[in-house]
Amino acid sequence: MQKSLHIDPNKCTGCLQCEMACSWENYRSFTTAKSRIKVFSFHEAGRFVPYTCTQCDEAWCMTACPVDAIKLDPVTGAKIVLDPTCVGCKVCTIACPFGTINYVAQSGKVQKCDLCDGAPACAKACPTAAITYVDADWTGLEKMRQWAGKTDTNPATV
Amino acid sequence: MAWTKNVLRVNLETGTCSTEPLNQTWAQDYLGQRGLATKYLVSEIDPKVDPLSPQNKLIFVTGPLTGTMAATGGRYSVVTKGPLTGAIACSNSGGYFGAELKFAGWDMVIFEGASPKPVYLLLMDGKAELVDASHLWGKTVWETEETIKKQHQDPQLRVASIGRAGENGVLYAAIVNDLHRAAGRSGVGAVMGSKNLKAFAVRGTRTDAYQVADPEGFFKAVDAGKAVLAANGVTGQGLPTYGTQVLMNVINELGALPTRNHQDIQFEGANNIGGEAMHLKRPTDGKANLVTNGACFGCTIACGRISRMDPGHFSVKDKPQYHGASGGVEYEAAWALGAANGVSDLEALTYANFLCNEDGFDPISFGATVGAAMELYELGLLTKEEVGFELPFGSTEAMVKLAELTAKGEGFGKLIGLGSKRLCTKYGRPDLSMTVKSQEFPAYDGRGLQGMGLAYATSNRGACHLRGYMVSPEVLGIPVKMEPQATEGKPAMLKAFQDLTAVVDSAGICLFTTFAWGLQDIQPQIQAACEGDWSEERLLLVGERIWNLEREFNLSAGLTCKDDNLPPRLMKEPAKTGPQKGAVSKLDIMLPEYYQLRGWDKQGVPTPETRTRLGV
Repeated sequence: MQKSLHIDPNKCTGCLQCEMACSWENYRSFTTAKSRIKVFSFHEAGRFVPYTCTQCDEAWCMTACPVDAIKLDPVTGAKIVLDPTCVGCKVCTIACPFGTINYVAQSGKVQKCDLCDGAPACAKACPTAAITYVDADWTGLEKMRQWAGKTDTNPATV
Repeated sequence: MAWTKNVLRVNLETGTCSTEPLNQTWAQDYLGQRGLATKYLVSEIDPKVDPLSPQNKLIFVTGPLTGTMAATGGRYSVVTKGPLTGAIACSNSGGYFGAELKFAGWDMVIFEGASPKPVYLLLMDGKAELVDASHLWGKTVWETEETIKKQHQDPQLRVASIGRAGENGVLYAAIVNDLHRAAGRSGVGAVMGSKNLKAFAVRGTRTDAYQVADPEGFFKAVDAGKAVLAANGVTGQGLPTYGTQVLMNVINELGALPTRNHQDIQFEGANNIGGEAMHLKRPTDGKANLVTNGACFGCTIACGRISRMDPGHFSVKDKPQYHGASGGVEYEAAWALGAANGVSDLEALTYANFLCNEDGFDPISFGATVGAAMELYELGLLTKEEVGFELPFGSTEAMVKLAELTAKGEGFGKLIGLGSKRLCTKYGRPDLSMTVKSQEFPAYDGRGLQGMGLAYATSNRGACHLRGYMVSPEVLGIPVKMEPQATEGKPAMLKAFQDLTAVVDSAGICLFTTFAWGLQDIQPQIQAACEGDWSEERLLLVGERIWNLEREFNLSAGLTCKDDNLPPRLMKEPAKTGPQKGAVSKLDIMLPEYYQLRGWDKQGVPTPETRTRLGV
């Protein structure tokens, strides 16, 4: 069964534990500037929204790469950047419609979410379950459950 | 190593920035943040210096757990000599600024002297630069942050700045970061203003600036700590749902909610301004004041209030800039802007709170000073002509107007900006100032809660709830239940809380964790992050050392045991209503025992033995 990262912005408090966890996973440092998941604060709306790669099936980044440095992990479905192959041309950063693949000056390569080999550190670190790692076919399950609970099957007893 | 071991020194007079290694002996003795910066300040300035003169210094400081995955590990402090109190000032703030400073590679930034013209510090990792801020002078915190980010085309900059209050010398001006998190108390923003330092913008991207010593042990301790916070009723449910505002009705019912400049001890309007009220749908627009809760960096509690005002409220009707969501009232602010002056309009409190964030001033001191002014007015000592409008207790319009005037430094707001001690002294009634060391009380009455009275009297930065939170034992039963009116055991409990709090602050985490965490939860996190042996005993000794160092600074600055006192109202006027009816403060019973437990003489001076034992 394939899983995917599922984000529920309504539960996010903006604590950035996910960003630190991502940075730790990849850099052994808590530096949020290096995180592949970013939490955006929409101050005037009072909203916090975590955002990262959704691992498109037909990935623009992978298609655009001229040196085949982005490969599909058949188990997790992640599109993974192969560092030794990446030449840092940044064409993928132009191709990606969502901005979730970015260049890292420190390494001269691009980076994106790779789902941590099937155990995403961001989801583990999230204290409010705003980021979860769930059955890829059922990302809507929790939302369905909530609406199902509101279904009024017997108005007479209410 | 959880310290970056780097200190940035900024000479504002010459406009030069220099780097120096952190004094690691001091880091071992004072841990970080509050303790460490205090050690630097005490070693570098004359305690008798005028706080608003160039001879004072202003230190921004992080702790060893700042910028780590320890829950709430995002705190920084600003340490200086305070202009409101003339005592040590250490104001702690959350948001994202502190962690960013650490990521940039700095434990501490020391500002010296005063700039000949307005400037801001731009710190990009290792590159520090003072930039002309002439175009920002006269701007609010909100405008300043936005302008700096736009100017450098970097929305990821974190900015701490002062608003007009800090420029205008409001003696309780705050330094505000991330739009609505503040180093709020004791006037650290006025010191920043006196130095012509408008803002401090930082971006940190380094991965090699610091490390936790034992990663495996660190994650084990940190995960265990997070589980404790999540399982605790206060940190897991009460604070996320209601914020610190969970306390409003509790404290009111207990009879410890200071009302109308401490004339009363219960407020009839408490229910309208508390945490529950923020969830209620307004009849006017059908929406609740509270939009959501928000967290500071690394915080798994998320007590922050994000509020949106009723756009039809008289205070903001024609001001669309206040119609979006922003930092809502927490308990102390709601009390000060509300109960302290008899106002029970939640929307008005929210607006005044927005103004406190927007122009950088402390809502506690501001609201309490308004309360004092209202009493002066009702006594006829202050006239409508002097104020410019009527100023009776309970006047929402007057409170709002004074917030606007204080923010801008106009009219009667100039006097309100000096704090209640100076205001009441000017009108011949210093006894009506509800302060210790000239700093206003926060939201607990020292008659209703005897331990809090002692905590206020002995706090090194003037009246403050965040130096020894006796509300925990006296109201919440943490770690043990103590009756509000009891005095027995309170001095010892307070000493333990004060020392522990100094450790928590100095580590770079939030005091609110201690609703759930004891030292046994905190110690393993510090131990795993920092090299060396950090036993519970050693940490408590560090806390006690910090407390005594702050005390020594104050004594050298000219404060004495006479300043460990409460206003006559709390000592002589019995509480009028509620469960604590008839109570006055029993400070005189508790204080001598407190001095003795501290190892201080009868004048409150640390004995030679105490000094030797602590190495202060």
